[in-house]
Amino acid sequence: MTTVNLKVKRYDPETKESRYQEYSIDVDENAALLDAIIAVREYQDPTLAVRCSCRSAICGSCGMRVNGHARLACKTKLAEIAPNGETVTVEPMGNMKPIKDLVTDMTAFWDKVKQIQPWLRAQQPPPDHEHIAKPDAMMDLAGTMNCIMCGCCVSDCASLEVDQNFIGPAALAKAYRFVGDPRETEQARDDRLKELSKYGGVWDCTHCFECVQVCPKDVAPMDRILDLRRTAMEAGYQDNYGAKHSNSFAKSVKNSGWLNEARVAVESFGVDDVSAQLKMLPTGVRALLRGKMPPLLHHKRPGSEHVKRIFQEMEND
Amino acid sequence: MPEHDVLIVGAGLAGMRAGIESFRNGVDVAIITKVHPVRSHSNAAQGGINAAMGGEGSDDSWEIHAYDTVKGSDWLGDQDAIEIMAREAPQDIYELEHMGVIFARDEYGRLTTRNFGGASRQRTFFVADITGQAILHVMHEQVLKSGMRVYEEWFVLSLIKQDGACVGVVAMDIISGAVEVIRAKAVVLATGGIGRVYEPSTNGLICTGDGHALAYRIGAPMMDMEMVQYHPTTLKGNGALLTEGARGEGAYLINSEGDRFMKTYAPSKMELASRDVVSRSEITEIQEGRGVDGCVFLDCRHLGEKLIMERLGQIYELALEFANVDMVKDPVPVRPGMHYIMGGVKTDVDGATQIPGLYAAGEGANISIHGGNRLGANSLLETVVFGRRAGAAAAEYAQQSGAHPAAPESDLIEAQCQKFQMLMDRPDPGFTTAKLRLEMGVSMDKNVSVYRDEAGMQETLKTLQDLRARFDKICVHDKGKVYNWNLYSTLEMENMLDVAEAIVVSALARKESRGAHARLDYTERDDDEWLKHTLVYHSPEGPLIDFSPVTITQWPPERRVY
Ligand SMILES: Cc1cc2nc3c(=O)[nH]c(=O)nc-3n(C[C@H](O)[C@H](O)[C@H](O)COP(=O)(O)OP(=O)(O)OC[C@H]3O[C@@H](n4cnc5c(N)ncnc54)[C@H](O)[C@@H]3O)c2cc1C
Ligand code: FES
Repeated sequence: MTTVNLKVKRYDPETKESRYQEYSIDVDENAALLDAIIAVREYQDPTLAVRCSCRSAICGSCGMRVNGHARLACKTKLAEIAPNGETVTVEPMGNMKPIKDLVTDMTAFWDKVKQIQPWLRAQQPPPDHEHIAKPDAMMDLAGTMNCIMCGCCVSDCASLEVDQNFIGPAALAKAYRFVGDPRETEQARDDRLKELSKYGGVWDCTHCFECVQVCPKDVAPMDRILDLRRTAMEAGYQDNYGAKHSNSFAKSVKNSGWLNEARVAVESFGVDDVSAQLKMLPTGVRALLRGKMPPLLHHKRPGSEHVKRIFQEMEND
Repeated sequence: MPEHDVLIVGAGLAGMRAGIESFRNGVDVAIITKVHPVRSHSNAAQGGINAAMGGEGSDDSWEIHAYDTVKGSDWLGDQDAIEIMAREAPQDIYELEHMGVIFARDEYGRLTTRNFGGASRQRTFFVADITGQAILHVMHEQVLKSGMRVYEEWFVLSLIKQDGACVGVVAMDIISGAVEVIRAKAVVLATGGIGRVYEPSTNGLICTGDGHALAYRIGAPMMDMEMVQYHPTTLKGNGALLTEGARGEGAYLINSEGDRFMKTYAPSKMELASRDVVSRSEITEIQEGRGVDGCVFLDCRHLGEKLIMERLGQIYELALEFANVDMVKDPVPVRPGMHYIMGGVKTDVDGATQIPGLYAAGEGANISIHGGNRLGANSLLETVVFGRRAGAAAAEYAQQSGAHPAAPESDLIEAQCQKFQMLMDRPDPGFTTAKLRLEMGVSMDKNVSVYRDEAGMQETLKTLQDLRARFDKICVHDKGKVYNWNLYSTLEMENMLDVAEAIVVSALARKESRGAHARLDYTERDDDEWLKHTLVYHSPEGPLIDFSPVTITQWPPERRVY
């Protein structure tokens, strides 16, 4: 037996106020954080609210922030996070409203999952038997299939924090699962890629890596998002801010060996989108005033032909 | 007040499959569930789902699948129901595949299978070792696609019976604390297992036998409740399950001497004999001193890292996380642990209970597929085959019945609210629901487990009576409305007390050994006297036992050897 000290952020739905409460409880040396929280609930404070069921990282109920990062409490060994009896800070997941204590409102989370139309759209009617599909292609989907919809990635997503319209890592990883499924029709795949290329979709991820780090099931949502971007561009969905930005970025580096920031900004919105260009003016002026305006005349870097050669080799590959 | 043609209670595999079938039959259907659908315990299923498809080089057939199931059940399963399941299985597997399940495939891109316990042919379809999760999430996708109403995080408190028929439920929205009546022309119970009646168990904290108790209290009998399955490979420490799929892939069971001890007990099927047989063998090994700390070992070392990672990745992680064992390098300590209940609310092959308008499917029902012992991977199959059939039958019943009968709604709500208030107003008795549950679980695990006898079971029965008396003094400390775990876990305890009592009285009644019911005082199977189902009915004076015949179609009882 060992003593654990917890500092739990509690939310009272009646007063709508949050406060921290400390608990100290004895648990088995091998115990997970969830075991300690359950012990508190069962023996010290039955008013403490937490979702949990399987205790083996499969039902996805027990996502919460542990010392500042989202984790599954049942998959968090106390011996690892508090080897010397350090106090463990436990808070509800982020990017969601608390309902009571550690229980959060996941309505928005599920709405976004619904938004990507999360069901297989295969040829109808289906074959008499199973679809014949390459085992490799199916194995590739296995990674995303591990997702248990716990919400940890969404909790710690930096993009969602600034823009609630972002579909978010969990739903996008789920979208990848369909785009990558050889059983989907061409049409379905195309529709998905088109939708995902819009505002709020794959281009709104800022690559902060948080989702990859906190995912308890190694789904690596950000990698799926990057895969989706590539697939969408290959499928011709290039007429959007993200794809144009990416294309312009690559073009600039290829041609001059370095980044022409002013031009990338203009090209990302589209050279002919005058109203979007005008909207950038204040940013340009502020940059100018602070001496941060990129040089208007863009010169080639010495050795830029080598950079070009690298590009060509990659493109021929 | 909401009303629907069909209301499904439970959003595990059985519940969602029933909902989808009712939806396809053109009725207004809703699902009500105490946790979000994908949190349901079906997601814990690891190993796979059975179907006899034959295929290249295999002489498998639905008859062989059915026979294996009958033998696995120790001849207590109803053979008409078993035939239906085995015959319809392939079509249901194809349907799951068409819905989007990513089953494992062979090099030609066709579905492939693995071995499983108690099966004479290889016929278990699987998704690595996350079969339940993979199917549950896809089934949820289909529910989202249909757009049907799902009451998420609503706790069903009671079933409404009017003029002899079930006409809806009284339920509490866990998030807001509001109590409501939801009327329905037909109700399908798909509330899953009862694991929390035991301590430890492989089941999740939500498996509290609510549906068993709900149906029982309005007069539907539970059947064969003494048949409780102990799984042979649960992890030392936290009791998590390590799938039979591991043995299906070739893992050994060894004792402290490194011997594959199953050769003594089941020379031909070895590790893949029926679960009751393997669990009893392990207990014997341990009792005769060939265990270590109450465990034997699951040895996967010879399977190699690649296979372990590709096909058994989840249990690899479980062993590492929860027992600090790297199964690529070391054998994992395991022991039998409570896992599944064969018993449940008695239904016919279309899920109809003895109460008009009330249907049941999944682990909470007893159509009598598994009889005395369930074969691995037959349970997921049961959820889809009989979920589908119950959904269709409930829809048909709803279409034929007239307008919604007017249930006396406000009285029903008032009664529940008064009960909650009473629980909150009581003085603190000095013990909690959690403590009572633990005592119950430990006593059940001690006396109503792999081996049983009269004295032990009587002791547990007394414990249960004592627990019930103390339960009547329980106080709910949380006085709030929102997400009141203290309140609903107390209601779950009330359900579990009924279920536990039903298990013990049924087990005391069956004076023979059959399947998972191995009595030290009646060691033989007795077909002359006991080839029959036990039924248990609720009454104000306590449970009443009755019996009903077993349906035999083509496989008369034989000696059961593996
Ligand atoms: C660890 C583990 C591994 C397993 N592996 C396999 C396997 O490999 N193959 C196999 O065939 N079987 C396996 N099984 C068995 C199988 O998973 C289950 O029997 C099956 O999934 C049960 O499904 P269900 O739909 O009946 O219930 P569940 O999936 O348990 O769903 C029950 C539903 O009822 C709802 N509910 C319950 N009470 C209430 C209430 N009062 N109010 C509202 N809603 C309520 C819950 O919210 C939940 O949605 C395994 C079981 C476990 C525990
Ligand atoms: S309790 Fe199920 S994921 Fe933690």
